[in-house]
Amino acid sequence: MKVLAAMSGGVDSAVAAARAVDAGHEVVGVHLALSRMPGTLRTGSRGCCTIEDSRDAWRACEKLGIPYYTWDFSERFAEDVVQDFVDEYAAGRTPNPCMRCNERIKFAALLEKALALGFDAVCTGHYAKVVEGEQGLELHRAADWAKDQSYVLGVLTAEQLSHSLFPLADTPSKEQVRAEAAERGLTVATKPDSHDICFIPDGDTRGWLAERVEMSEGQILDAQGQVLGTHPGAQAFTVGQRKGLNIGRPAADGKPRFVLEVRPKDNTVVVGPREMLAVDRVAGIRPSWAGAPVSEEATGDWFDCHLQVRAHGDPVPARARVEQGSDQLPDDVTPVGATAAGSAGVRWVIELHEPLQGVAPGQTAVLYQGTRVLGQATIDSAVNSARLGDAVQG
Amino acid sequence: MNSVYLDHAATTPMRPVALEAYTEAARRLGNPSSLHRSGRSAQLHLEDARDALAATVGAHPSEVILTAGGTEADNLALKGLYWARRSQDPNRTRIILTGAEHHAVLDTITWLEQHDGAELVFVPMDAEGRVDLAAWQAELAVAPEQTALATLMWANNEIGTIQPVAEAATIAADQGVPFHTDAVQAVGSIPIDFASSGATTLAFSGHKLGGPVGIGALLVRRDATLTPVLHGGGQERQIRSGTLPVALMAGFAAAATEAHQHLDAERNRLGTLRDLLIEKVQAAVGNAVLRGAQDRDPATGEKLPAGTRRLPGNAHFTFPGCESDSLLFGLDTAGVECSAGSACTAGVAQPSHVLTALGLDEAEARSALRFTLGHTSVPADVDHLLDVLPGVHQSALTAGMAGRVSSIRTANSHLERN
Repeated sequence: MKVLAAMSGGVDSAVAAARAVDAGHEVVGVHLALSRMPGTLRTGSRGCCTIEDSRDAWRACEKLGIPYYTWDFSERFAEDVVQDFVDEYAAGRTPNPCMRCNERIKFAALLEKALALGFDAVCTGHYAKVVEGEQGLELHRAADWAKDQSYVLGVLTAEQLSHSLFPLADTPSKEQVRAEAAERGLTVATKPDSHDICFIPDGDTRGWLAERVEMSEGQILDAQGQVLGTHPGAQAFTVGQRKGLNIGRPAADGKPRFVLEVRPKDNTVVVGPREMLAVDRVAGIRPSWAGAPVSEEATGDWFDCHLQVRAHGDPVPARARVEQGSDQLPDDVTPVGATAAGSAGVRWVIELHEPLQGVAPGQTAVLYQGTRVLGQATIDSAVNSARLGDAVQG
Repeated sequence: MNSVYLDHAATTPMRPVALEAYTEAARRLGNPSSLHRSGRSAQLHLEDARDALAATVGAHPSEVILTAGGTEADNLALKGLYWARRSQDPNRTRIILTGAEHHAVLDTITWLEQHDGAELVFVPMDAEGRVDLAAWQAELAVAPEQTALATLMWANNEIGTIQPVAEAATIAADQGVPFHTDAVQAVGSIPIDFASSGATTLAFSGHKLGGPVGIGALLVRRDATLTPVLHGGGQERQIRSGTLPVALMAGFAAAATEAHQHLDAERNRLGTLRDLLIEKVQAAVGNAVLRGAQDRDPATGEKLPAGTRRLPGNAHFTFPGCESDSLLFGLDTAGVECSAGSACTAGVAQPSHVLTALGLDEAEARSALRFTLGHTSVPADVDHLLDVLPGVHQSALTAGMAGRVSSIRTANSHLERN
């Protein structure tokens, strides 16, 4: 197979590429230039923010004896990931940019280019597994649950999975990947893992957003609608957040208060005690299946599953069903094309067997059965029984 | 697989005579600045090489200031002239240039603007990248007393266009303004005569003409004043300190001498091969657009000798609908080495500032490929390129389409932002 190894410059993708070479594939390494951060190179330059990463990726490819290229996806990344991130926050939602990058950049823009240039698959250092099931390809959790990244790949469709290669799937631990890298003489063996959002290098998401989203002072309310104080801009808050509320008076019960809801339209933030964060019913829009849909899709029957709402959150037992009714799309988007993988007008209703805290609209709901990823949907509303069916709207 | 090298403007193979001269000299001990026998011997070899090098470019040996390469030579000329001129008159801060200069010039001048008060005056060019001489004259006449220097490259590294350097230098001289020319791509490829060029300073490089990497020279007229950039032992007329690299210089001079000896024959040979390459590329890819000037009379269309208006070894195209990196990938895989224009540190093909300065939009600028021929090029190289180009072009075209219209359906691809 002709394989394009996406090389971030980190240890995982380097070892993944090495294993693809060992497996007998014809491998070419490509580093994606995604950012055009000013100040890292000459002004006005684009695409080369990560000279060190690019060098590390190149060194690894030289070691493996495979050709290496850097491709510039900074424009697509700026539109599909960075701008999307800003827009989602501005609308009071909490997006996952890594997921968006997998969906639109690594396994779309890059994959398309790769296919056009004669490649069969894109290989990455993600910890997740693609297996051949009875009804086609299935996405599963990695052997090492601590490193499992199946959540951020939950957005991939059957077509995308059919061109994906994850050679680290069965590795029992990250330590083993590092040891293997050292054994292979890869200089990135001890390179630290990356954590933060890559386009916010100092990790100050709030400060970064404040420069891009217009914010103005608004009111902080309690669940009964009483004004408790003011905030500098609703969009800077995320459901579940505790810090930065700066409410003068203490709560009547003396307990800390958390953000329950962000309402960008009237620029208010609703706060309340921790227990009111717990939700037991989640609605997801724009769903997609990671492979074949469940058989209950057509009938609308309930199916048992686990819900996970963040990359390293624990899965919660739940049941879900597919509703064919029409949902409200956000104002700034228009559905086009009915054959898209994520279908407009379809929503998932998910009932949790145990309440879950800190579920924010905009987050991705990924459903699992055992180790298998069923698919994902964007959380539109999360309902808290304690608030008597009051929907937490995005 | 045999590789075909069509990137001689980036660097060209070292000539055997240069390699021989270099290795022979590298075996010898001696610092040319030392006063003992070894030192004197080293100095003798160095000065012999300097004489030979000067002769190839119509310069007096004492006008040759050795540097570590073309970039350093440009930096020395521009900063050296700017600082010296401004120290005579603090209001003398204008620098006249075009937007198509090499980064070694452009970024140096931009640095002077950002850190040292320089005022940049960009003179427009025509669609082929030739400076507008009337505008050049007008800008020089505006405030010659406040103008620190004017600079114009001899030939463009990307699109190969040769500038009217003699005219531009005369205009500057008439106004009493020093004139620097970056001749890195020109020396060894077309005739250069420093004495009659009218230039105050001229930069060129060893490895572009078949010498070793790591050495270049700045020709500096004896009446010019330059403030040094590198301070130290006071070598090279106190303008450029640093121990002189005898072996590199021996290789440089040997390469320049050979290039100079064969210059006329090579010009014609490479010009003919280049014209064949252009003709065949345009026949294979109907909408490929040749960028830069042609060796033809602009009025009559009559063919001119190779290297009159365009570098003899340069062919540069834009391929509508394609991205350079897809084309480069395909050609590299098929054993053809060429370039998108100029390189970037991280290896990303950037939209060329030369092409955008000529008014091309970003998509056009990102579809460029440069093929450059040199002393080892043969007709079979062009044949090999044309064997593989149609297929590579086709897949790059498909990849280019993929960049705009997604064929892969993703979870959210049915949502288009208003």
